[in-house]
Amino acid sequence: MSSYHLDHLAYLETEAIHVLREVAAEFERPAVLFSGGKDSICILRLAEKAFRPSEIPMPFLNVETGHEFPELIEFRDRRAEELGAKLIVRTVDEAFEKGLATPTPGQVSRNQLQIPVLLGAIEEFQFDCCIGGARRDEEKARAKERFFSFRDAFGQWDPKNQRPEIWNLYNARLNPGENMRVFPLSNWTETDVWEYIKKEELEVPNIYFSHERECFHRAGQWLPVPPAHEANGKADPYEGARPTEQEEHRRMICRVRTIADMISTGMIESPAENIDDIISEVAAARVTERGTRADDKASEAAMEDRKKAGYF
Amino acid sequence: MSDAQQTIELLRFNTCGSVDDGKSTLIGRLLYDSKSIMEDQMEALERSADITGGGQVNLANLTDGLRAEREQGITIDVAYRYVATPKRKFIVADTPGHVEYTRNMVTGASTANLSIVLVDARNGVIEQTRRHSYISALLGIPHIVFAVNKMDLVDWSEERFREIREGIEAFLPKLNLFKDVKFIPISALEGDNVVTFSDRTPWYEGPTLLGHIESVHIASDWNLNGLRFPVQWVNRPNNPTDPALHDFRGLSGQIAGGIVKVGQEVLVLPSGQKSRIQEIWTYDGPLEEAFCPQSVTLRLEDDLDISRGDTIVGLDPLPGHSAELAGRVCWMNPRPLTAGKKYFLKHGTQTVQAMVTSLESRIDFETFEPKEASELAMNDIGEVRIRTAKPLTYDGYTANRLTGSFVLVEPGTNATVAAGMLHPPAQTYKPEYTDFSI
Ligand SMILES: Nc1nc2c(ncn2[C@@H]2O[C@H](COP(=O)(O)OP(=O)(O)O)[C@@H](O)[C@H]2O)c(=O)[nH]1
Ligand SMILES: [Mg+2]
Repeated sequence: MSSYHLDHLAYLETEAIHVLREVAAEFERPAVLFSGGKDSICILRLAEKAFRPSEIPMPFLNVETGHEFPELIEFRDRRAEELGAKLIVRTVDEAFEKGLATPTPGQVSRNQLQIPVLLGAIEEFQFDCCIGGARRDEEKARAKERFFSFRDAFGQWDPKNQRPEIWNLYNARLNPGENMRVFPLSNWTETDVWEYIKKEELEVPNIYFSHERECFHRAGQWLPVPPAHEANGKADPYEGARPTEQEEHRRMICRVRTIADMISTGMIESPAENIDDIISEVAAARVTERGTRADDKASEAAMEDRKKAGYF
Repeated sequence: MSDAQQTIELLRFNTCGSVDDGKSTLIGRLLYDSKSIMEDQMEALERSADITGGGQVNLANLTDGLRAEREQGITIDVAYRYVATPKRKFIVADTPGHVEYTRNMVTGASTANLSIVLVDARNGVIEQTRRHSYISALLGIPHIVFAVNKMDLVDWSEERFREIREGIEAFLPKLNLFKDVKFIPISALEGDNVVTFSDRTPWYEGPTLLGHIESVHIASDWNLNGLRFPVQWVNRPNNPTDPALHDFRGLSGQIAGGIVKVGQEVLVLPSGQKSRIQEIWTYDGPLEEAFCPQSVTLRLEDDLDISRGDTIVGLDPLPGHSAELAGRVCWMNPRPLTAGKKYFLKHGTQTVQAMVTSLESRIDFETFEPKEASELAMNDIGEVRIRTAKPLTYDGYTANRLTGSFVLVEPGTNATVAAGMLHPPAQTYKPEYTDFSI
């Protein structure tokens, strides 16, 4: 009998492929959120497995804060092209110009501002479903979320009133203006993601591997020193996100464990040079991957509050 | 053999039982003792202990992830947690105990292979214990563990443990058969018999809870008898870069039962046409055979008109095929179910209009007997008859959890209002009849 048995990665894979095909079949205008990060890299491979030899029947969408790691953008664009997919990028800066969003005074992080940009893109393209790479093991509010996560006409998640989700029968029905967020990797852990990347020999942006970088210490984290400001007459986009006189800074051998933008991604000191090193490092880690993200440290319910407002 | 070559099995389990029986604490304990809690999670727990718990760390807060849950000290919706030990990986669903959140308990239990029912040793078996045991059985969960918790509050009394065990054994025969049943005396709060053996229960000779769930035999929990392949998505490349794929017409889906082999004779329902499997296409190359629950793309020898919602089946055993169905439903909506209402019914990859033609009975959780009823209120379970606008290709739920299950969706609100489990078909599909009619 043992030959008719799936190991845990094969099980997670078939579950995710099933979810992706349900999306393609049930929605009119779905999109895949693709940031170039490790989780969305897995989603793209799963989409190839779900839909080949056909084209992946949905565009990719990315919301930029304007503070991205350049390595990530380069990788994202290249990967989308390799897959022959249409990549749609919407930015916080454009949203400022169009009046969809306004800068928060005194707040340099644009993490929260991704919400109106995402909702604006959903409106613009009439997307009825966005596929995301979020996993339940990342955070305790996400641990509560369904595979098919219903959002009302304002993009809001109502955690106290989620649709029952029974067996693999996903209820994809929507009224006009409503929206679904779908998370095929719901049951994957950080370790599963790296094991899958290894098994599938997937390329990941080089900032996941150990490299040398100038970092500074703020609020218990080592943040990357942003690129130098060109004297072009415009305001420095990283104002407030540069080390002050008092803040310790040094060159470090480091890598990222999870990627937001340069302002909210803590670097970890690490000698991990390849996927095997990363897998061992994750296995031995004593803090969660989200422990390195400034955006989650705001409060106990930081993620829940952002999701209620329409976050990924 | 190196570790990397060993395949690690995945076990999905859920905790259930009444409010305050200790479900969330048990999962917190399991995470804590298996060293699955990270330092930042522990710090957050300690911070909240200072604010809300008078300095006492509350293990339940590890899974009670919503603000409203932490404020009220209750579990409202399922939380999923992931634990890996050297022997197995676990997907854990911590489900709520309140009757009003039964729909969330069903959500967490529907995908489990093992159910842990907690019983407070002081209170013994109460209605929620019976309800959740019944639902676990109804959902066809093959393995069940009754964890008699808070043994510290009954002086580790063997007599009390036996009493509760006998109370449960008295009603178990009325439920569907579980593959195996275990009773374990524990203290979730103090950790006795959860991960490590307790020296306070010298009279108990069984395994610890973790020891049991790490070793219980689960390999045969999927249905490998009788091919069932609900067509999920028709795979037809528009602009194939490879000219050889110009005529590619694949049927993508997840095998919901049995094994499929190249060359095998199959039947497509509802049309009743016969064909053979030409190729089992996957991104990683063609396969000679594939099995439940793999996701594949099938190509048939004949170019038939097939779309989403059709089912490709093996010839033995044949499934039921009918628009008149009988089964049990768990009702999950504040507006009660009455006969005559119309819904959308989702079964496999097919959504059809359906009408509940009659409500036969409602289960009484005191006796587990069906009682006459005119409506099903939220969280009731009852027998119904349903007529669908198109016939379903199905099996009895006890034979196949994937082809024997359905949900009802209310038109307008789009609320998922019921989880349904079909009775075995009175008669199976008759292929001769269609041959004749052509
Ligand atoms: N003394 C004792 N208290 C327990 C035990 N397990 C849980 N509790 C307490 O029972 C209460 C309810 O626990 P909780 O895990 O929230 O129950 P749930 O509603 O089933 O999830 C909490 O105050 C726990 O500390 C136990 O083994 N012994
Ligand atoms: Mg609880």
